[in-house]
Amino acid sequence: MYTQALDTAEAQSKPADTAAAARFQARIDAEQRIEPQDFMPEAYRRTLIRQISQHAHSEIVGMLPEGNWITRAPSLRRKAALLAKVQDEGGHGLYLYAAAETLGVARETLVDQLLAGAAKYSSIFNYPTLTWADIGAIGWLVDGAAIMNQIPLCRCSYGPYARAMIRICKEESFHQRQGFEIMLTLCRGTAAQKAMAQDALDRWWWPVLMMFGPPDAQSRHSQHSARWKIKRFSNDELRQKFLDATVPQAQFLGLTLPDPALAFDPETGHWRAGPIDWAEFEAVLAGNGPCNRERLEARRRAHDEGGWVREAARAHAEKRRAAKARAA
Amino acid sequence: MSGICEQAVGGKVGSALTLAETPLLSHVLARADDALILGHRLSEWTGHAPLLEEELALANLALDLIGQARLLYEYAGAIEGAGHGEGDFAYFRDPPQFHNLLLVEQPNGDFAMTMLRHFLYAAFADPYWRAMVVAGDATLAAIAAKAEKEMAYHLRHAAGWVIRLGDGTEESHRRLAVALDTLWPFTGEMFLADAGEAALSDAGTVIDPAALRPRWEATIARVFAEANLTRPGGEWAPSGGRAGRHSEHLGHLLATMQHLARSHPGVRW
Repeated sequence: MYTQALDTAEAQSKPADTAAAARFQARIDAEQRIEPQDFMPEAYRRTLIRQISQHAHSEIVGMLPEGNWITRAPSLRRKAALLAKVQDEGGHGLYLYAAAETLGVARETLVDQLLAGAAKYSSIFNYPTLTWADIGAIGWLVDGAAIMNQIPLCRCSYGPYARAMIRICKEESFHQRQGFEIMLTLCRGTAAQKAMAQDALDRWWWPVLMMFGPPDAQSRHSQHSARWKIKRFSNDELRQKFLDATVPQAQFLGLTLPDPALAFDPETGHWRAGPIDWAEFEAVLAGNGPCNRERLEARRRAHDEGGWVREAARAHAEKRRAAKARAA
Repeated sequence: MSGICEQAVGGKVGSALTLAETPLLSHVLARADDALILGHRLSEWTGHAPLLEEELALANLALDLIGQARLLYEYAGAIEGAGHGEGDFAYFRDPPQFHNLLLVEQPNGDFAMTMLRHFLYAAFADPYWRAMVVAGDATLAAIAAKAEKEMAYHLRHAAGWVIRLGDGTEESHRRLAVALDTLWPFTGEMFLADAGEAALSDAGTVIDPAALRPRWEATIARVFAEANLTRPGGEWAPSGGRAGRHSEHLGHLLATMQHLARSHPGVRW
């Protein structure tokens, strides 16, 4: 469905204006922001719509695994903080959809693509949250990885996306610290709490490394994105930054990373991870992760069961408008 | 609430707190429990709301209520003077030790049920906290100053939805009418005070909830008129929540909410 919609858009676009395209690239090269009313090549627009909408979908689907623990959070402080965090994610989704709409696509269209299973969202949210420690691990690792990905996006060439990312990154940093603090509390707690933290790390570590996407050699979208200054670092570069930042944090917590091949390379000053199981990543992307079906089903159910509410709101607004018009 | 002490002690099992409740402690716990249980119910919507904007609004409402509960539990701990805090009151009491209204523990149902429940409660809590700003107890007055602003917004938000759903489509009106049938009987309990509470209001420490009834009825009448709803009659008016006699629903809610904390008593999270 997604691809069809894009094909239509492409078919309707005018033949490429090479002079305009050259001016566009010159602006990008000069680090100028592209704004919604500016000329942009159709492929640039499509790339951004795909990336921003996937990002928005990830925020919305990402509410589910963490929302899973709001009713069971073990203290009122944690309950309020988790609820506020999940609410932040909903807010991120909202303004990312708004950023995508500046590119001429309706939020409803994008949501329909998600519900039809035609749009992607971050693979990480297809893993289950089985214990409270998963809430800590998600904040620490998943939000930590998201920050690595997103900080360069604050300088993305497309203005509305870059501005959305500045706000999102501030909130994500707060979430990341909060997650680490949950892990720290568990690691300094009872043996059962520390075991809970270790188990969460064991389950989340590899899927989090996969969040940066396939190795550079296999990445399909990177070249154009780099030229357009949408993506400024490659998947592998970002993964390396994350690894170097996170290994010392795990050591500080007294936890063991589930990678027997993990080693520090004194020559380069980088940590080197063992081989990532890309077959697992491919399976999750193809819809066969532990929770893909449940996540989509939950979004569809919320959408379907909310249909009459949205319909009622529309009908009421229409009646109000009609009454106002009669009175005028 | 003189019967509550025996009730609470009698209801204690396993890791539950033992509390010696005074009328003021019971009053404060009751208000805290209303806020916590309703906030918890709203938090159950997270990720499942009918539209994204409402997802954020429901979380706001829940956060306000959980915030109110935390302040009230903190005060309850100070009144009791036994070193108990919010975590003890929220996580280590059994259902019969909770004093919340039956209304707020009713399940979410559909969006009409949730919003109507919120409207019926907010139409009471808004004037309640406004009146408490000038009541005799200084700590409650300070909490009330924050809560009354929040509940005024809750009332506007929930009333807006009651009107939208009542006036919207045939289906939304039908669903709202079902919700009204279900929830209306539970509203009477909001205006009841037991002997302990009556003594507190006589002394000017707290307000008499019965005094808020005309105000509440006026709000109901105004909003129901716009929503094309008819105020139900009916004799059945269950109560008992304030005294710890709850519906079956509260036990399930608390089983979910408390299980992790109770599985690891005494630890930090």
